[in-house]
Amino acid sequence: MTAMLELRQVSKVYGSGPAEVQALRKVDLSVDGGELVAVMGPSGSGKSTLLTIAGSLEEPTSGEVLVGGSALSGMARNQQARLRRRAIGYVFQDFNLLAGLTAAENVALPLELDGVSAKAARPVGLAALEELGLADRAARYPDELSGGERQRVAIARAVVGDRHLLLADEPTGALDSVNGEAVMRLLRAACKRGVAGVVVTHDAQLASWADRVVFLRDGRVVDQTARPPGAESLLTPGPSR
Amino acid sequence: MSVRHALLALLSEGPKYGLRLRQEFEARTGEVWPLNVGQVYTTLQRLERDGLVESDDPEGEGPHKGFRITPAGGRELAQWLRTPPETVPPPRDELVIKVLVALSVPGVDVHELIQVHRRHLVELMQHYTYLKAEASEHEVGLALVVDAELFRLEAVVRWLDATDVRLTSLPTASPSAAPVGPLRRRRRLEVGR
Repeated sequence: MTAMLELRQVSKVYGSGPAEVQALRKVDLSVDGGELVAVMGPSGSGKSTLLTIAGSLEEPTSGEVLVGGSALSGMARNQQARLRRRAIGYVFQDFNLLAGLTAAENVALPLELDGVSAKAARPVGLAALEELGLADRAARYPDELSGGERQRVAIARAVVGDRHLLLADEPTGALDSVNGEAVMRLLRAACKRGVAGVVVTHDAQLASWADRVVFLRDGRVVDQTARPPGAESLLTPGPSR
Repeated sequence: MSVRHALLALLSEGPKYGLRLRQEFEARTGEVWPLNVGQVYTTLQRLERDGLVESDDPEGEGPHKGFRITPAGGRELAQWLRTPPETVPPPRDELVIKVLVALSVPGVDVHELIQVHRRHLVELMQHYTYLKAEASEHEVGLALVVDAELFRLEAVVRWLDATDVRLTSLPTASPSAAPVGPLRRRRRLEVGR
């Protein structure tokens, strides 16, 4: 199994002198394709920093981040931007959908930003929506959708095209537990198709959907769960499944 | 878990044989509570003795003896469904005791101890979530039982999280070093009752 995401000895320091904050301290983390990993920790433990660094939205102070085997530090800015557009999908707690675009346009947007024509991007976006059971919502605007539907659109946008790394920050935070579960089922299904997923959360129920839970405290990885029975077979579907 | 009332509930749908009652009980509780045959028949005998069910052949025995609910059984079931369950926590929760004891044991890192239990609980939750994720959407009984267990375990994890933060923000004095006055002692007795 190839590591789709690898953090090697990653540290992040904000500010300096007495105002210095050490957000991450020599974090090692490796996530395989097909694996869903939850990063759990209290507020201020460094969870969100870890996610933004993994998604190349922020640079580490030291250490190295590899996505799909390529080190981000060795890439030019425009290469990093292309990687973000093509390979990495982001899901945020507040959905981050553009209010002036329909569900289908929101989902197709990353493809269009990457140079795909609107005509070619549209069917790909619609297919992603259909996969998440939202085909009949394609023409709706975000404010015409429920919270659960908005988050499903955000997930469709995050997995559209050929993304192989999915990063989610408290993706069910604003949803009730049943809608939250639906979102986690979708993230899990995306990972079963080969995507590497990282979810950061303080919520144990949310984390329990992951194949592996990594515990963060004061910017350090302090512990992780063993792989639960059955999870292995999820990654390599056999004839019995 | 009241097997007695669960059997009354199954009989409220119509007369059934003992063997079928056992199968339906297990299926509807997500097969989380296996029952042995003896338990089913003993319970049915008691229900019959109390006039809450009646059988087609009071002298008969075996898996094909049929039972039906009586009007008194129907009233008992309706009352049981609306009676709040026992929600007072057990006076001694083992995990709470362990954390409290750890505070006064020299050389024990309470945060590390909390993490050991947190990891164990989250692993348990992963097992339950896996069961739910793999189950068919028609297995409602299983989903409800698993949800109940997940919410219960989540509450324990949240207690550990809160304890972790509370102990981190404590002033230097150890909580176990706090004097035990008459008021504290009295409060403890009230909680422990």
